[in-house]
Amino acid sequence: MAEDSVKLLGYWVSPYSLKVKWALKLKGIQYQYVEEDLKNKSPMLLQYNPVYKKIPVLVHDDKPLAESLIILEYIDEVWKQNPLLPIDPYERAKARFWAKFADDKCVPALVAAFSKKGEEQERAVKEARENLKILESGLEGKRFFGGETIGFVDIAAGWIGCWAQMTGEIIGIKLIDAETMPLLDSWFQDFLEIPLIKECMPPQDELLEHCKELHTKF
Amino acid sequence: MAEESVKLLGYWGSPFALRVKWALKLKGIQYHYVEEDLPNKSPMLLQYNPVYKKIPVLVHDDKPLAESLVILEYIDEEWKQNPLLPIDPYERAKARFWAKFADDKCVPPVMAAFSKKGEEQERAAKEARENLKTLESGLEGKRFFGGETIGFVDIAAGWIGCWARMTGEIIGINLIDAETMPLLDAWFQDFLEVPFIKECMPPQDKLLEHNKEFHKILTAAST
Repeated sequence: MAEDSVKLLGYWVSPYSLKVKWALKLKGIQYQYVEEDLKNKSPMLLQYNPVYKKIPVLVHDDKPLAESLIILEYIDEVWKQNPLLPIDPYERAKARFWAKFADDKCVPALVAAFSKKGEEQERAVKEARENLKILESGLEGKRFFGGETIGFVDIAAGWIGCWAQMTGEIIGIKLIDAETMPLLDSWFQDFLEIPLIKECMPPQDELLEHCKELHTKF
Repeated sequence: MAEESVKLLGYWGSPFALRVKWALKLKGIQYHYVEEDLPNKSPMLLQYNPVYKKIPVLVHDDKPLAESLVILEYIDEEWKQNPLLPIDPYERAKARFWAKFADDKCVPPVMAAFSKKGEEQERAAKEARENLKTLESGLEGKRFFGGETIGFVDIAAGWIGCWARMTGEIIGINLIDAETMPLLDAWFQDFLEVPFIKECMPPQDKLLEHNKEFHKILTAAST
């Protein structure tokens, strides 16, 4: 597969474009990466994603796709090696359910804990912890959501561990509690230790600096 | 397929349960329907959907599933007749994109226009109209999102036409503009005229009454 037939428009600190990088790496797909300057979005990005004007955008043979979970499903359907979703329809549905839960219920609470203050922040922290605890139940005691190896939910939600830890450091409030959510805590650690996952991560010190700066703006 | 092996927990006025009814009907799947009393949720519902405690819940061979779009994809994968999603991966991705767009960007402002007042309501109505216009672009000039016949996006988002019109009547602000969004308007009308779609719809007068009541409660709460 020629490198120029697959293009990813992303942003170095975005966990959403990171998910797509992970999926492409897992399947061994060559692609051209385009780093977008989000304060100065390229005409190409605006043309490829007129609805949301956001990254990530995957372009395959000049056909653009937006929304990271939709991109993950597309990648899984076009390139069959190292499948992300399981074969059984019920297991697939559970995977989609948990990926959506992480995006709809864990991420917003995390973002609010990062950006709010006072009582609003306290409420957001409480909600983040509760929802992370619920996410843990989706693991069903497995090592990864995908079982012994990583799959759709791991790629969709595994980044949250790193960002939640960083947020906890910056705001001074712990979000991932190894005592109350031990399985989730080990899952996050095991996930982030996987070579292909680790390789694609933005440099931790730069990421922390970037998040600290972002935090001062709130 | 025995009727008891497929169960749907729903609510007569819920468009999310309606989507699932439509998908089951389209594929000719027999099922046992359970009407939930939402102010008084059954232990069965709470057991089947502990995460959200909401309807719809599809139970197939005692395995429960929640979240209507996830349920639609499951139905499509489990029962292959009359497919909802197209075969081509890119077309499938586009269908998922538009179904998600409708849920994330059209439904919330329609609901906000319904439940808010004053400036907040005006902003919500404006946003609803803009996003419905964007949804129209997803039709790509076709009769239905599925092409000549209905598919995933039609089932996922076609109900919005009816609810948006009803909302418009109740709040006195038009949300679907036949002049600025003629293709979307035609799509909503054609969709709601499809026989099996029409058959599953809750009775319109009962739905209007129910939504009017609901509107009173919501707007009393927001003062």
